[in-house]
Amino acid sequence: MAISAEREGGTVVAKAEGRIDGSNASDFQADLQAVIEESDQALILNFESVSYISSAGLRVLLLTAKTLEGNGAKLALCSLSEPIREVFRISGFDNIIPIHDSQAEAAAAIGG
Amino acid sequence: MTHKILVVDDEPDLEPLVLQRMRRQIRRGQYEFVFAQNGVEALERLEADATIDMVVSDINMPRMDGLTLLDQIPNVSPDIRAIIVSAYGDMENIRTAMNRGAFDFVTKPVDFDDLQITIDRTLAHIEEWREALSTRDKLVALQNELDVASKMQQSILPTAFPSGDAYHTFGTMEPARNVGGDFFDLIRLEDGRVGLAIADVSDKGVPAALFMMSSRTLLKGSAIGLGQPGQVLTEVNNLLNEDDTTGMFVTMLYAVYDPKTSVLTYASGGHDPPLVVHADGSSELKELTGGIALGVLGGFEYRQESFELAPGDTVCLYTDGVTEATNEQGELMGIEGIQALFGESPPGNAEQSCMAMMTRVLEFTGEAPQHDDITCLTLRRE
Repeated sequence: MAISAEREGGTVVAKAEGRIDGSNASDFQADLQAVIEESDQALILNFESVSYISSAGLRVLLLTAKTLEGNGAKLALCSLSEPIREVFRISGFDNIIPIHDSQAEAAAAIGG
Repeated sequence: MTHKILVVDDEPDLEPLVLQRMRRQIRRGQYEFVFAQNGVEALERLEADATIDMVVSDINMPRMDGLTLLDQIPNVSPDIRAIIVSAYGDMENIRTAMNRGAFDFVTKPVDFDDLQITIDRTLAHIEEWREALSTRDKLVALQNELDVASKMQQSILPTAFPSGDAYHTFGTMEPARNVGGDFFDLIRLEDGRVGLAIADVSDKGVPAALFMMSSRTLLKGSAIGLGQPGQVLTEVNNLLNEDDTTGMFVTMLYAVYDPKTSVLTYASGGHDPPLVVHADGSSELKELTGGIALGVLGGFEYRQESFELAPGDTVCLYTDGVTEATNEQGELMGIEGIQALFGESPPGNAEQSCMAMMTRVLEFTGEAPQHDDITCLTLRRE
C-alpha cells in the first residue's frame, strides 16, 4: 500500500495503490491524515491502482469521512475496479461515500 | 476446576430444581451453586465470598430487583459477569440489562440445556477476561492480545445446531492466524422458527472482540424480541450507533427460517447475499437487500426479502473469507468457486455441505497465507 497526493485549490487528490488490509490499515489511516489539512474542502481518493480492500480498510475510510465531515469537507472516491466496486456495493458503503467513474467526474461533483 | 455460581431468585422452587437438573455437573465438580432470594442478599453473598465466579439472576424480586443488582455488582466485584433470566420477548428489560453490563440472558421457562450452554460460555469468557487483564498488566506483546481475542471469539460460537424433522443446520469457522472478526449464531425462536446470523467485525484485537460480543448479544435480544430480520437489523444498528466513537462496524446477515412454510426471510447489513443450492447441485445467488454495515449510520431502515425453499434446497451463508480466498497465484476464488463445487458434487446434508465449502476454500488457498477468517453456515430443507 502506498499513497501519493497532490493539491488543486482546496481539493486534495490522493492516489492509493496495492492492497489495503488489516496488516497496513493503520498506515493507510496515518497517510490519509497526513495529507488532509483543516482548510481543505474536499478529498478525492483515486482507487484506480488499489487491488484489494478489506473491512479494516473500509473502517479507515469511515473514520476519514467522519473527520472530514467534522471540518465541513467532503470525501469522494473514483476509478474503482469492478471487484472493489462490488465490495462497496455489498457492504453498503456506497450509501455513505459517493463513488464516481473517473477523477474528472468526482472533481465536477464535488465542485473542485 | 470448580466454578461457583450465585443464583438469585425469589422463587423457592428454583433451588431444588437447579440442584436436581445440574446434579451431574455438580457431582463432576464443574459447578458449585449458592443461592440468594433477592438483590440485597446477593450483594451480601458477593461481599462475603470472593470466590464466586458468576451470577444468574431473575429480574422481578422484592427488596432489590435484578436490574438494580446489575448496577451494584461492579461496586462489589468488578470482574464478575451476570446472566439475566427474563420473560420471553421482554426486550425492554433485556435491553436495559445488556446496557447495565449483563453478559447474556436466558428466557423463561428456563431450558436447562440452554442455561448450561450459556453458563459455560460465560465462564469461558470470564477466563479469557482474566487472562486479558493479566496480559494488560504484564504488557505482553500484541500477539498475546490477539490470542486472547481469538479465544473470546471461539467462546461465543454455538456448540449445538438446531434441527427439526424437516430441516438441519450446521456452521463452522476457520480462524485466520492474526486477523479475526467473524462469528455466527443459531437462535431458536417461537413457533419452531430458527434464526441464522453470520457476521464479520471490521477490526481485530480485544476491543474488536468486545464489539463482537455486544453485537452478538444485541442481535440475540432483538431476534427474540422482534422476529422480523429487517426490524432486527434496524434495532441492532441503532443500539450499536448509540455510543460509537471507534468507527468499528460489523457486516451481518440475519435470516429467519420457518419450517412450517419453508420460507426463509433475510436482511443484509453490508453482508454477502445467501447462496441457495438445489438438490441437483445448481445454485442461485439471492439479491442484496441494500443494507449498510451495522454501526455506520444510525436510523437506517433495513429491508428484507423472502423466498421459499424446495425439498433438498440448501441455504449457504458465508463471510468474505470464502469469496475473497486467494490462491498462490493471487487469484480470488469468488462465490463462483462454491457454485462450481456444488455443480460437480451436489450437496449432502447440512454438515457435509458446510464442511465441503470449508474444504474447498482451504484447498484453493493452498500454501497462500490466510488473510481472513473463513466462516460457513448452512441450512438444508429435508
